[in-house]
Amino acid sequence: MKQSTGDRFFGIAVYMCVALITLIVLYPLVYVLSASFSDPAAILRGELWLFPIDPTIESYKSVFQNEDVWIGFRNTFLYTTLGTAFNLLLSIMVAYPLSRKDFYGRNVLTIFLVFTMFFSGGMVPTYLLVRDLGMLNTIWAVIVPGAVSVYNVVIIRTFFQNIPNELRESAELDGCSNIQYLIKILLPLSKPVIAVMVLFYGVGQWNAFFDALIYLTDRNLFPLQLFLREMLIQDQLSEMVQVSDSTLDNHALTVEGLKYAVVVVASLPMLVLYPFLQRFFVKGVMIGSIKG
Amino acid sequence: MVENRIEQAKKPLKAPPKRRWNGVKRNWDLYLLILPVVIYFLIFKYYPMYGVQIAFKDFIAAEGIWGSPWVGWEHFIRFFESFYFERLIGNTIGLSLYNLVIGFPIPIILALLINEIRYKKAKGFVQTVTYAPHFLSTVVVVGMLFLLLSPNGLVNQILGLLGISEIAFMTSPEWFKTTYVFSDVWQQMGWSSIIYLAALAGIDPQLHEAAKIDGASRLRRIWHVNLPGIRSTIIILLILQTGSIVSVGFEKVFLMQNQLNMEASDVIATHIYRTGIAGAQYSYSAAIGLFESAINFFILIFVNYTAKKTSQTSLW
Repeated sequence: MKQSTGDRFFGIAVYMCVALITLIVLYPLVYVLSASFSDPAAILRGELWLFPIDPTIESYKSVFQNEDVWIGFRNTFLYTTLGTAFNLLLSIMVAYPLSRKDFYGRNVLTIFLVFTMFFSGGMVPTYLLVRDLGMLNTIWAVIVPGAVSVYNVVIIRTFFQNIPNELRESAELDGCSNIQYLIKILLPLSKPVIAVMVLFYGVGQWNAFFDALIYLTDRNLFPLQLFLREMLIQDQLSEMVQVSDSTLDNHALTVEGLKYAVVVVASLPMLVLYPFLQRFFVKGVMIGSIKG
Repeated sequence: MVENRIEQAKKPLKAPPKRRWNGVKRNWDLYLLILPVVIYFLIFKYYPMYGVQIAFKDFIAAEGIWGSPWVGWEHFIRFFESFYFERLIGNTIGLSLYNLVIGFPIPIILALLINEIRYKKAKGFVQTVTYAPHFLSTVVVVGMLFLLLSPNGLVNQILGLLGISEIAFMTSPEWFKTTYVFSDVWQQMGWSSIIYLAALAGIDPQLHEAAKIDGASRLRRIWHVNLPGIRSTIIILLILQTGSIVSVGFEKVFLMQNQLNMEASDVIATHIYRTGIAGAQYSYSAAIGLFESAINFFILIFVNYTAKKTSQTSLW
């Protein structure tokens, strides 16, 4: 069918809107990347628009000379791997029984879990609990309190439910126990949803800072995000940069350039991974939204 | 999403007690598997709910939550009468509503637009770009705001070219809410649109064909086919969002807050953090927290009830 003039005009309007939105989202990202490679003085003079001015990697050198950045990376890496493994284990342990139609009590247990999505004890009682358990200033405070996301459990459960029940029945006839079925048959079939969960939990852990802010005071345990907060938001960089520059002006410039570089360094692992993993993510969001 | 499950929950279990017991016995290992997580939830989710009683007590560290003396509604009354009360409520609800009014429809519009793109590659590119900011951490996004919105930052340079005088976005109260809301749109609109795109993909193509034959333009088909097609998704997400209207994204507000914009940025959650965790006034801030949760809960129930009455769509 031939498009009418109105439809063609409408199509053009759509493309223009979408192009504008894409530009608005993309430009700040490109700008920060370019700024991180530019001479800070040029940025302050307002000369930078798209491509780096006087390309240099000085800012990156200072970032990697910063001890806090290394401590932060080390801790974040540890929390992300351990935390994600723990998240995943607990989520599967609860999602599998709930996915079974012959599991008595699944409705009660589901409500038991879902209720916590809408009502919670709040920041203070939770803090006191973590304190009383002696978890302050330990890695457990960062990993344990938020270990299971009910939303993610629902996604996993839904995926399990969509695997034909006949498969389990025949496995059962062959003498397969519930746990054997989970480990040998169900999990290998569930690679897509497990990939999604590793990503969801992994990104969450990588970007998390709030639990660490409340529960940690020992700087050696700080995740990267807490150091970033100090550098970017609380402006404590000035004290951290090793002052080798003789003039104060130069010092301020170094700090300015460093901020852009540190944003890039902290975000790059996620942004580089993400286009490859995009389809998994999207699938996860969709499983979680349509069914349930 | 929650709908189905709640539907299932409504059906009573009809199995006679004996068969039920046999079922439990046969699947004993499943109960063993779920037990640790149930205990985990009891400790880390339900015990703090029980611990909320601290709000009605005068917390004495040496006595613990249970040994501290009851004081009834004292902390609530102190909060209602405090200088901060009106400001906190105003800021919290103001910020939430602003965020809802701007942030809720934009992903829907974006999804409708993306859905109209015919070229697959262009579509993929737009999606990749608009989802990307979702993967930045809140700290990084707020850090970028400070860099780009500072007096000599990119945005003020552009405004300068347009002849608009410098705006101190991050330090003036009047700009706080706008900065918060629009940066949130920037970060989340693409990601939030995925759900609607999924719903749009599920619409029966025959409906579009029929509408075409009737001579409907593309705009009319969006209005009469696409929008009704994603109606229930929209309502469910709206209910979920309004349910958290009193607890605006604490992390970002907290990071964007400073002495200069306090007047507009002080919300209930940041106040709890300041008085409770940082100031160690546990009972008082637990009372404020309970007040917040209770309001959230009632709003959720009210919105859900209204949605059910008016559109037959609800969480339960």
